Amino acid sequence: MTQRQVYLDNNATTPLHPEVQKALIDALPLFGNPSSMHGYGREARSKTEEAREKIAAFIGALPEEIIFTGSGSEANNTVLSITGCPATECSCDRGQRTHIVTTTIEHPCVLETSGCLSGRGTPVTYIPVDQYGIVDMDALRASITDHTGVVSVMMANNEIGTIQNIKELAKLAHEKGAWFHTDAVQAVGKVPINVRDLDVDFLTLSAHKIYGPKGIGALYVKRGVPFCPLIRGGHQERGRRAGTENTLGVIGLGKAVEMRSLEMAEESLRFHAMKEALRKGIEDLIPDVRFNGHPDQSLASTLNVSFAGAEGESILLYLDLEGIAVSTGSACASGSLDPSHVLLATGVPVEQAHGSIRISMGRENTMTDVDYLLDKLPGIIARIRDMSTVYRRK
Amino acid sequence: MSAHQSWAYTEQVKDHFVNPRNVLREENYEEDGKGLVGNIQCGDEMLVLIKVDRNTDTITDCKWRTYGCASAIASTSAMSEIVIGMPLDEAFKVGPKQITAALGQLPNNKIHCSVLGDKALRAAINDYYERNGRHDKVVREQARIVCTCMNVTDLEIEEAVLEGARTFLELQEQTKMSTVCGKCRDEAETLLKVYMQKHFG
Repeated sequence: MTQRQVYLDNNATTPLHPEVQKALIDALPLFGNPSSMHGYGREARSKTEEAREKIAAFIGALPEEIIFTGSGSEANNTVLSITGCPATECSCDRGQRTHIVTTTIEHPCVLETSGCLSGRGTPVTYIPVDQYGIVDMDALRASITDHTGVVSVMMANNEIGTIQNIKELAKLAHEKGAWFHTDAVQAVGKVPINVRDLDVDFLTLSAHKIYGPKGIGALYVKRGVPFCPLIRGGHQERGRRAGTENTLGVIGLGKAVEMRSLEMAEESLRFHAMKEALRKGIEDLIPDVRFNGHPDQSLASTLNVSFAGAEGESILLYLDLEGIAVSTGSACASGSLDPSHVLLATGVPVEQAHGSIRISMGRENTMTDVDYLLDKLPGIIARIRDMSTVYRRK
Repeated sequence: MSAHQSWAYTEQVKDHFVNPRNVLREENYEEDGKGLVGNIQCGDEMLVLIKVDRNTDTITDCKWRTYGCASAIASTSAMSEIVIGMPLDEAFKVGPKQITAALGQLPNNKIHCSVLGDKALRAAINDYYERNGRHDKVVREQARIVCTCMNVTDLEIEEAVLEGARTFLELQEQTKMSTVCGKCRDEAETLLKVYMQKHFG
């Protein structure tokens, strides 16, 4: 008998949408270089631009405002590097505006890039968040100065799902003349996004979080906003990102976005019901749990929960033995020694952070998966607690 | 799904993780010696209880509890199997090498943080001697803890140097010391120089 497999780690990555898979297979023979003028090149170019239009339309942008990148991480690196660039007389020169403002719960690709730039002399301010992971508006307002180049705040957090009020944050940045960037990798395709309405200058998205292929992301850059490439040495992407286009990836991203626009509305209601069932089930069946993240202002597909006295890697691996895939904020599983920086930033005690798991649903999950998890999880937690030095049955 | 054919650790680790041996379940277990090591803040804590035959100074039973990852659970379980029936003097010498050997292997970065069972056992053996007024038998570990977060001693630093650590970063990499609060960094750098001088100077 084959074991039941339940994939609940969709914030890490997602399986290809069958339609995306089909589009990729169809596109495999397309080898032309979009920069070539001959027929092969023109065909690749036309497919690339077709995808660009779909993506632009999906977020309310113009096609020329979309730059394809190798990943969401690359897009984020690009934005921060513009601000941290000390060059003058360059298209990205912003005079004294070299200060970066970001938050304590960003993805490592933002935090580590900021940290690296900081080491090279770029001033960086990290804004704290409250217990739900919501950015402290007053601290943000106070930190933006005449020297602030960019304010970068992720739209939806990958670990706890908390969604920020991006429109308001962007307004704050603009009032002080700073650009605003949002890493929307976890939000695009899950919540409706319109860059004009949000009034952001930069927005990052990634294909593999929305049932597209890995190795392809995109950066929205508002028309007129100064820009400087991170990858130099080619005229591709209007000179904004060198390197022959990942045509296949671009086509996959285009198709993924197209499928999102068809499916995301219906799905969000389903996720809400599933998340509620999960939350209630866990609360009813397992004592001493703590839910992390914002109770309402968060992704409907993400639930982060801590179990007192049970370490996260053990939970993950026992679930894995039952065919259930989740992730953990415990240090043990990540190869680092500190538990999740996001959980710690929201004030979760270290021990509870070690004992956290993230359940992130995707389009293929059903209520049956929720039931299966709720069937297995209580026994696993009880078993781990039974061995634990710190948890005793009450 | 083919990706599930291999597991995160060895089959031996999996076996101990799924069927842990000698877990302490009784609330009123009457032990002869007790040791508790680790730090919940760092993600691992181990409690080891032993029963000892006073005539032969041999471990007749060993029970444990662990808060930690799969390798922490498996290594404590494996340790308990190794030491039951063992004379105290011999059990005192059981180290991470024997435990990891029983588990096939463990990733390097897991050894120092998750194989703490032997330390808890030594604490339990010392406790047994103390309870019985045999203070002369109590062997305080020669080692002195330098990194309190990760429980890394000067001896382990010396061992890391002998195993090839030449820079603070390599020392961190090998021992995981100074990766939590960072307060021991200065001392670590000093010890690194001392041991480099001693062995290679």
